[in-house]
Formats: sequence, C-alpha cells, structure tokens
Amino acid sequence: MNTKAAATTIKVGLGSCGVAAGARKVLEALEQEIKGNGADVDLKVTGCIGMCFREPLIEVSNTNGSVIYGDVTPDRVPVILEEHVKQGKPVAKWIVHGEGYPRPDDSFLAKQYRIVLRNCGIIDPENIDEYIQRNGYSALPTVLRDWSPERVIDTITRSGLRGRGGAGFPTGQKWSFTRRAVGTPKYVVCNGDEGDPGAFMDRSVLESDPHAVIEGMLIAGYAIGASEGFMYVRAEYPLAIHRLNIALDQSRKRGYIGKNILGSGYSFDIKLKQGAGAFVCGEETALIASVEGRRGMPRLRPPFPAVSGLWGKPTNINNVETFANVPWIILNGAEAFAALGTEKSKGTKVFALAGKTARGGLVEVPMGITLREIVNDIGGGTITGRPVKAVQMGGPSGGCIPTSLMDTKVDYEEVTRTGAIMGSGGMIVLDESTCMVDVAKFFLNFTQRESCGKCTFCRIGTRRMLEILTRISEGKSRPGDVDLLGDLAQKVKLASLCGLGQTAPNPVLTTLRYFRDEYDAHVNEKRCPAVVCRALLTVEIDPEKCTGCGACKRACPVSAISGEKKKPHTIDPAVCTRCKICYETCKFDAISVR
Amino acid sequence: MGKKSSSGAASKRRSKKQPGPAEVDLGLLNPILDKYQDERGAIIPMLQEAQGVYGYLPRSVIERIAEAGGAAPSQVYGIATFYAQFRLQPVGQHVIRVCHGTACHVNGAERISETIENVLGIKEGATTPDGKFTLLTVVCLGCCSLAPVMMINEETYGRLTANKVKTILKSY
Repeated sequence: MNTKAAATTIKVGLGSCGVAAGARKVLEALEQEIKGNGADVDLKVTGCIGMCFREPLIEVSNTNGSVIYGDVTPDRVPVILEEHVKQGKPVAKWIVHGEGYPRPDDSFLAKQYRIVLRNCGIIDPENIDEYIQRNGYSALPTVLRDWSPERVIDTITRSGLRGRGGAGFPTGQKWSFTRRAVGTPKYVVCNGDEGDPGAFMDRSVLESDPHAVIEGMLIAGYAIGASEGFMYVRAEYPLAIHRLNIALDQSRKRGYIGKNILGSGYSFDIKLKQGAGAFVCGEETALIASVEGRRGMPRLRPPFPAVSGLWGKPTNINNVETFANVPWIILNGAEAFAALGTEKSKGTKVFALAGKTARGGLVEVPMGITLREIVNDIGGGTITGRPVKAVQMGGPSGGCIPTSLMDTKVDYEEVTRTGAIMGSGGMIVLDESTCMVDVAKFFLNFTQRESCGKCTFCRIGTRRMLEILTRISEGKSRPGDVDLLGDLAQKVKLASLCGLGQTAPNPVLTTLRYFRDEYDAHVNEKRCPAVVCRALLTVEIDPEKCTGCGACKRACPVSAISGEKKKPHTIDPAVCTRCKICYETCKFDAISVR
Repeated sequence: MGKKSSSGAASKRRSKKQPGPAEVDLGLLNPILDKYQDERGAIIPMLQEAQGVYGYLPRSVIERIAEAGGAAPSQVYGIATFYAQFRLQPVGQHVIRVCHGTACHVNGAERISETIENVLGIKEGATTPDGKFTLLTVVCLGCCSLAPVMMINEETYGRLTANKVKTILKSY
C-alpha cells in the first residue's frame, strides 16, 4: 500500500451476493491490472452496498467525486482503469450511480435512510480502523466514561427502538428487565440465526459492519450488568463468521473487549457460536437451548430469558439489526432516532427485497413508508414487467399482502393488521405468474419440516395442513378441504407453544383471506390460474406453428416429446412432467401451457 | 488419552460388520476434544469441527464425543439428527446445495433441482455411485437477488437456468 494517499480509490463490494456474482474475479483482475500498469490506485475491499441486483459493484473515487459501476466483469476492468483512472473520463455506459450521472437506479437509493447500513459498502469490514474513522467505538467510551447504565437504558427506551428480529418488543424495556433481574452472571446474546428464507439483512450487516454489532452488544452488556456475550450465527454464513472472528480479535486487541475495558472497570467477553441449521432456534428459548449444547427446543415462558435464560441466569437476547442501531442512538440521541418513523414504530427498518422485484437488494427505509413506495419506487416493480400480485412479508411466519393494500404503512401494527408480520424484514415481491396456493404450500412444507416436534398441533397439524394443500394443488381435493384448512390453521395457532407454530398458519390464512378465488379455481375447476401447479397443467404443441426443429425434443429431460424432423412434434402427457422447459425452449411460440 | 485404545478397538469391531467408511481414525478428534475440554455446552461445536475433519459424523465419532462430553451416545445422536447441518453418511467429492428459499422457489428452484437430478441420475439427498457428487437442498443461502442459486462446495452460482446448470456440472 502507498504511504501517501493514492489519486484514486477503488472499492470492490465483497459481500456474499457480490462474491456469488463474481466479485472475487473482478478483484483479481483489478489487482493484476493495477500491478501491471503501475496505476496510482488504492484498492480496497468493502461489504455490501445493497444494490445486489447490479453485483458485482465497484466504486471509483478521486478528486472529481465517486461513481459506482455495476455488472462489472473482469474484461471491463482494463477499460475502466484506462479510461476513468488514467484519462479521467468515467465510462458512462457502465455507471449505475454517481453524481452527474442520473440513472433509473437512483430511485433505489433516494428513499433510503441508512442507520443500520451506515457503514455497509463504505468500510473494509476486516479493518477496525475504518470503522473507528466512521465514529466507530466512540459510543462505547462515552457510555463507559460518563453514562450510568440507567441512562443508557433510558436513552434506548426513549428512542423507541423495538426488536428487529420480528416480534418488535421494546428494546429498552427488555434491557431494563434483565438489569433488574436477580442473579449473576448475566448474559447478552446476539441472535444471528437468520432463518427466514428470503431474509439476508443480518448476514449482510455481519459481513459488512461486524464492529457495529459488537459495539452494540458491549453497550447492552454495560447497561444490564452482564459480563459475557454470545453471538449465535448460522453456520450457513461462513463469510459472516470469518469476518466476525477477525473483528472480535481486533476489538480484543484494542481493549474494547476483555477485562477492565478502557480502564472503566467494566469487563465483557464475547464468544461466537455457530448455529447448526434449525429454524426454530430463532425463538429465544430454543436458541438458549442450542447455545447450551442441546437440541434447540423451545420451552414455556415465563420465566422469560430476562429472568432465567442461559444456564438459568438473566439473559438479554437481541437480534443483529437491533444491536447495530444502538451505537448510532447513543451518538445521535434518542430524539434523532425517534424523529424517524411512526408513532409506535420508530427509526428505520432494513428489508431484503427479492422475488420478482426488478431491483433486489438491501434497503433501509424510515418506518411509515408505504409498501408501494418500497416495491415500486425503490424496487422498480417487477422484473418480468407483469403486475405485482402480492408482497410476502415476514417469511414463513408472515403472510401475503395483496396489491389492494399496497398503501399499507410499514409499521409493526399496520403490517400486523394485514395478517402478515414485520418479521425480520424479508420482502418477496410476487407477480401474476406466482400461484398463491403454491406459495402457501411452500411455506407449510418449510414449517412442518422445521417444527421441533414438541407440540402436537405444530408437529401434526402443520403436516395435515400441508397434505390438504398438496391435494388442492394436485386437483385431488375433497369436499370441505378449504374450510378444514382454515379451521386447522386457527387451531395450530392457538395450541402451539412458541412463535414457530403460532405463526406457521399465517401464509395459509392470508392467502385464504385475499386469494380465496385461487383456491376455488384449484378446487372447483381443477385449474391453476397462475399456471404453476403442475398436476393441473396441460402442455401441448400447436401442429400449425410447430416447425419440427426438434429443439424441444432435445431439451425435454424426460423424453416425452417425439416427432420426425420438420414435422409437427407431439408430447406424451403420460411421460410429461410439465416442467415447461420445452415451452421456454420453443422459438416459434408453438407450445402452450394451460 | 487412555480411552484411545478401547475406542480404536470398537471401531475395528465395527469395521468387520460394515465395510466401507469404517476406517475412522479417532486420533484426529483429540485436538478437538482437548480444545473444548473445559467448555460448557460444547457438544455442538465439537460435532461441527468433527464433521469438518471427517466430512460426516461416523458412529464411532459420535460415541467418542459423547464419552468426552459426559453424555450418552443417544443424546449426542439426538443433537446430530436435530440440526440440518449434520450428516451421518459420507458425502461425495463435490457437494451441491440447491437453494430452495422463497426467492429461489418463485424463480424456479424446483426446475434446477430436477435438472441436476436428471443429469446426475440421483435424487435429492443422495450421492452418485462414483462418489463424485452429493445433491442437497438447503433452505436459504441468502443470495436472494441472484435467485435461483446453488452452491457447489464453496462456490456460489446465481441466476441459474437449466442449461447453465448443465454446463456448470460438466466443468467438475
């Protein structure tokens, strides 16, 4: 690295999404090219910028400002280096964001307000100094030097911060319960067991700004009087674990973690635990069982973990995103945080926008913004160009919100009113090619597999619900099946001990509530309006349009298509699996799927 | 570790009954057992690290960890079967993980799995007879914007189509 600042800085986004899209190859190409032509470039690595739909992304900055290039490939690297870095002429056609370069993607960033993601895509997550340069580890010394634990709790309470893991319990209140609880030692646990399929904000924060979460935990530990913390992170997130380990080491070496932190007398240590793959461990009592080394099965509350948690001691559990908010609130004040959002939901929320959205990625918006603004303005509608049909919020515990309710404000109470939940923040955009019965079946399949088996209604009830949904999707439903499904859904909700079972029926209940006509079409007409449920589909070749080119025949994975060259082909319905590969292969629009 | 010889004998006994992957060198476990000797609730990390060494959890390893952790083998077995991460059978040289998260599901993950099943001639959860590939389904890899996604070993592939999958498989 140069001793004096280089004329140009290039940052490469190396979050999991970037890596999956090929960012490491881009980084290698940059390293080689820079070495090769001796360009005066400071090459840096950063986390997730959030524009996952444009990965791999690189940011090029010099005295003229900074721009972001998207969809970067190794062969674009020499061009960018030559034209932008050497000649000072940015390659406008590949720029996706930058001052002076108005782009359609700008609206992706325009409505965002970044507190949790404040450093994501800006700092090198493996370099503690870059976190410190952005005001990192300045909330902790302030608190240790000048603030009483009560003042910390009071500030968090006044900020209105609520648990970002899903349930939305007021964080300050939780801390105060644990502080007042009798027993030592006390523990702080960070729940990073992001199990909702479709949610990836915790992964991204841990990968892109691990120190913010660590600092949040340290402050929580001080406030409640704890001496030890555990970070519980899914083993499926190897990059997050790798960077957290680096961050914990660095933080320990600088004296932010350990004994007598910064000479304050406060001691706190943090251990990393890897979750081993069980959705139910997102539930706090199950998570505690897992940290203790047992099967992750929930137990009855009360006593709440604040009173009796890890090894029977008072334990405070918050989610990754919640902790990442804490240092910002300490530095900027409760009022600044509470100024954002609605009456009961303060601050911002990070959403993982995915599914049929045109611009998938991580977005952080003030609470109270409408779903329409997120889906249309930020997400750019659907990638297919078809109308949005619904937005699935809250994963397997949430529900499908129809377009008629797109003006719903994103706020814990408002979202709950629709039958969905805020949840951890997964937001899957569904268009008209999505079958709502299939979506309900997908989630039920998930929850019945992930049920720990403790409660009968959750263990068996979800399985029966899945069987009914399968019958409906296969056109084999029996009279009264839809009512039975609704009835069972209510009972599973009532008779399950933990959040998993209590919310598992939500995808079914919301689709029944808003898309009953689709259920009826499956049941009464044996028809899937979205053309998804395979057993109900008919795939046919139009002999008028078929040229006999044989492309479908070659593509068919089960050899269901036959026909002589240059003569119309036919599909054997007995062999056909209705996978639609032929439909997508045909260039002559000769294959129909109904 | 005075227990080494007896568990070594146990694994030899079994090797007569079940041929194949019975040659388990339990000595490789010692650094892991030593590392977690004094730690509470360490059975899960021990199993995770053991799986990292052996690729799966052979029965003798489960028994040895139980012994070291002061638990019954049935308890450790109960933990190993509760969590999706643990495997009780050896896996192939390359492990394919097809993501079936929500975003991948609505973007055609089923078809990706089907294509792989057809190309390799195995079902989900199985290993090819030549031991080259194991095909697994996972719930979410967290790369939702690139859906549908799969991982082969540590490499992630996104924006998949049936044809792309065939090409990728050929490269292994």
